[in-house]
Amino acid sequence: MKGNILEIKNLSLHFEVFGGSLKVLDGVNFTVGHKEKVGLIGEAGSAKTTTMKAIMKILGMTTARISKGEILFQGRDILKMNKAEVQEVRRNKISMIFQDPTAALNPYFSIGSQIKNIIKYSVGMGKKLTKTEIKARGIEALRKVMLPDPERILNFYPIQLSGGMRQRVCIAMAFLSNLNLLIADEPGTSLDVTIKDQVLRLLEDLVDEKEISVILVSHALGMVKNITDRTYVMYAGSMVEVAKTAELFANPLHPYSKALIAVVPKLTGGGISQGIPGYIPGYLNPPSGCRFHPRCSYVMPICKVEKPTFFEVKENHQVACWLFKKGRN
Amino acid sequence: MKKIIFSQVLTSKKWENVQRDWYKFSRNRLSIIGLFVVFVILSLAIFAPLITVHPEAVSKYVNFSEANQPPSLSYPFGTDVYGRDIFTRTIYAFRISLLMSFVVLSISVSVGVTLGLVAGYFKGSWIDILVMRITDIFLSIPALILALSICAILPRNLTTTMIAISLVWWTWYCRMTYGIVSSVRGEFFIQAVELIGAGKLRILFKEILPNCLSEIITKMTLDVGAVILIGSSLSFVGLGAQPPTADLGSMIASGAKYLPDLWWISMFPSIALVMLVLGFNLLGDGIHEIFRVSEG
Amino acid sequence: MFINRILYSIFVLWGLSVFIFVISRIVPGDPARMTLGARASEEVLQRFRIAMHYDKSIVVQYYHWFKDVLHGDFGISLITKHPVLEDISRVLPASLELTIFAFIFIIIIGITIGVISARYHNTWVDNLGRFAAYFGIVTPSFVFAIMGMLIFCYILEVLPAMGRLSPELIYPPKITGLITIDALIQGNFIVFFDAFKHLILPSISLGLLGMASDARITRASVYNNLGKDYIIAAQSYGIPDRVIMFRDLLKPSLIPVVSLLALQFGSILSQAFLVELIFNWPGFARYGMTAIIQKDLNAISGVVLILGIFRIGGNIIVDFLVGLLDPRIQLIKERSE
Repeated sequence: MKGNILEIKNLSLHFEVFGGSLKVLDGVNFTVGHKEKVGLIGEAGSAKTTTMKAIMKILGMTTARISKGEILFQGRDILKMNKAEVQEVRRNKISMIFQDPTAALNPYFSIGSQIKNIIKYSVGMGKKLTKTEIKARGIEALRKVMLPDPERILNFYPIQLSGGMRQRVCIAMAFLSNLNLLIADEPGTSLDVTIKDQVLRLLEDLVDEKEISVILVSHALGMVKNITDRTYVMYAGSMVEVAKTAELFANPLHPYSKALIAVVPKLTGGGISQGIPGYIPGYLNPPSGCRFHPRCSYVMPICKVEKPTFFEVKENHQVACWLFKKGRN
Repeated sequence: MKKIIFSQVLTSKKWENVQRDWYKFSRNRLSIIGLFVVFVILSLAIFAPLITVHPEAVSKYVNFSEANQPPSLSYPFGTDVYGRDIFTRTIYAFRISLLMSFVVLSISVSVGVTLGLVAGYFKGSWIDILVMRITDIFLSIPALILALSICAILPRNLTTTMIAISLVWWTWYCRMTYGIVSSVRGEFFIQAVELIGAGKLRILFKEILPNCLSEIITKMTLDVGAVILIGSSLSFVGLGAQPPTADLGSMIASGAKYLPDLWWISMFPSIALVMLVLGFNLLGDGIHEIFRVSEG
Repeated sequence: MFINRILYSIFVLWGLSVFIFVISRIVPGDPARMTLGARASEEVLQRFRIAMHYDKSIVVQYYHWFKDVLHGDFGISLITKHPVLEDISRVLPASLELTIFAFIFIIIIGITIGVISARYHNTWVDNLGRFAAYFGIVTPSFVFAIMGMLIFCYILEVLPAMGRLSPELIYPPKITGLITIDALIQGNFIVFFDAFKHLILPSISLGLLGMASDARITRASVYNNLGKDYIIAAQSYGIPDRVIMFRDLLKPSLIPVVSLLALQFGSILSQAFLVELIFNWPGFARYGMTAIIQKDLNAISGVVLILGIFRIGGNIIVDFLVGLLDPRIQLIKERSE
């Protein structure tokens, strides 16, 4: 199947809270191609994780409401699917690796029993897998993520594992079932540097082996630069720029992207950048028009009034900024 | 839990603080209802002599011609077997309940908190061990049984019952305060004040105590209801205020044997009791809201 | 690790015994005369006093008393004139049956309401549950008992008002002392059903407070855990909601409730006296309360000690159960050893 595996079209999502609503996602457009690795960068709080959770419809017990938009997975709108279809997507099509492996593992159950549960309700559906078969799959999965002595680990509780091991277990869990799309939310953030490297390399190998599409969410720009084909920049609930990764990092166009990418100190010298003055806006009363305008040094009158859509500047390089409207710049 | 450092924060209780507290309190409608109920009951109790038409109902009055009357215009809650107006008796019974909780809480809070402060501050010393062991022993006996036992030894009247309940109740405050003091004890600001050379008394009451206050006050308000419940359980079996003084528990007990025919003798005091406890519980929840550091 | 706990509990029990003993000796009045009656002669009284060691110092008295207690001998009850131990073994099963049923109601109704409330949080189901729980907390057991009796026994006439069994039925042979169990063992369903009907109102009255507070705690606990990341993660793997609810969610959520439950057993047993009084239930709590009011010291000692044992035993059971539910406690201990 050659089309885009994932297409988010103009997704708007808000949370109903005490004082009104948090208009978190504001017309998000996001595509992932077949076997493509897409990065998603942005500051903490830019709603990256919320977007990912929306894809799998796992916004949990929050008061999230989707006001408009579509999430097309393999051509079908997830938002319109019924419960059974969504379950099928979660089980055998999309998998997610969460930011904090310690929080993602249920501390009250052993690793083995959690893995058993996952297998039972994904690949085990419809087939009658025996206990030994399930156990064997579990051991195999753990072995794949380079965990030593998988049999013993099955009996362990999460608290008995180190951070790096927990992250590997989470990766193993993500790959337990079949999947076409992997969402990796800040993998390695809670790990120290040496472990992080190993884990990321492991992830890359697994992805290449399975030939799946990946969404890599991160605010660690170096990681994104090395792994992804294409990258989106997200700010305060919508995408502001997208380009092939190399192009984006070499030539960022949106004022926010420019500042963001400049923040990473370069070995080639040039000093440390200023950072970006201001803060991510609150979502209760977000700025009108382009949400970045209060912090933008190039702000124009139209920016305060109307929100820019994606303008194509070069092939495969699009920016949501009035500076780049056709005919200008 | 907000840590209160150098109690100056407390002394600057400006009007805006009060306003903000009121806002937090009033967000929940139930708390307002609680406040209203408590206010009404308090007013009824205080102005009892002015409201009630049959003041003789709380004395050794007997009028068999008016006995066992169902609720009517002249006797809104009916009369009991002695011909006394139940409405009047209920209002006066509120006084007893409120008095009981006021006295009991005053005693048990002052004793319990002080002991808890001292034991927690001198943690590890013989004071700590002594106080906490006694507390443990007291706490291992269910409250009602302990109160009953103490009442059994003493002559049977309202005062002794109040003493008995206080003796049971102080342990809860002691243990709670002890817990808070233990955790605050190690904070840097305490060590700082100690280094300066502040007297122990000053430290205890001006630095540590403010940190406990919010929990103590919340518990106190919720405890009013609990004390009233225990008090009425005790008076149900004949302890507490003796006849002819009107008391909710004893009124319910006296009417119990006449069910279902003279249902009003038990029914109205029961409803009154539930309302009273409900009011204070709702109020307590509201006060809890004021002190709660919300999670945004 | 548990040894510490048990030793400590024994210490507390011992302290309790001292307390009881001191109380019983403070009470004014001549114990000899109280036991033997007003017409006993001085000589008889004196012999009694010597036999009971009343003439010796208080420490010696305590020693003798304690020794007897260790053998289960609490002396003779002033009221029933029987050995206290015998009295207690007669009345305890009745209260235990009541308490156990109250407990069953607490667990089934209380926890279920809590779980449902949390599941449908902030909807009308939740509000209804919380409202009901609130009334459970503010309504004292005796008020509920009386109102319940009024409605169900006198107005609707669906439940019996007094006692453990209808007068025309015979008690089944005593194996456990619990009528329902004994009847079941015998296969006697008529008696079982009748005893059960007699149990409903008293045990619900008893368990009312427990139901309400457990419902609240369960709701808070489940609601708290609903938002946890591992629940969302479980959803992302495609595990059905029902499975998540009863497996991943239930285990951690039960921890605070279980802690409370074991302690509630002891307090229910003691609060039972009001309910036993109202429903004319021949139980332990009523026996104890009568003893207290009549100043039957031997009986009081026995009652308070037994209650203390239940309370302390409850504490130990709590620790054990929580250790079962939360594997981290055991593992953290192992790590530090």
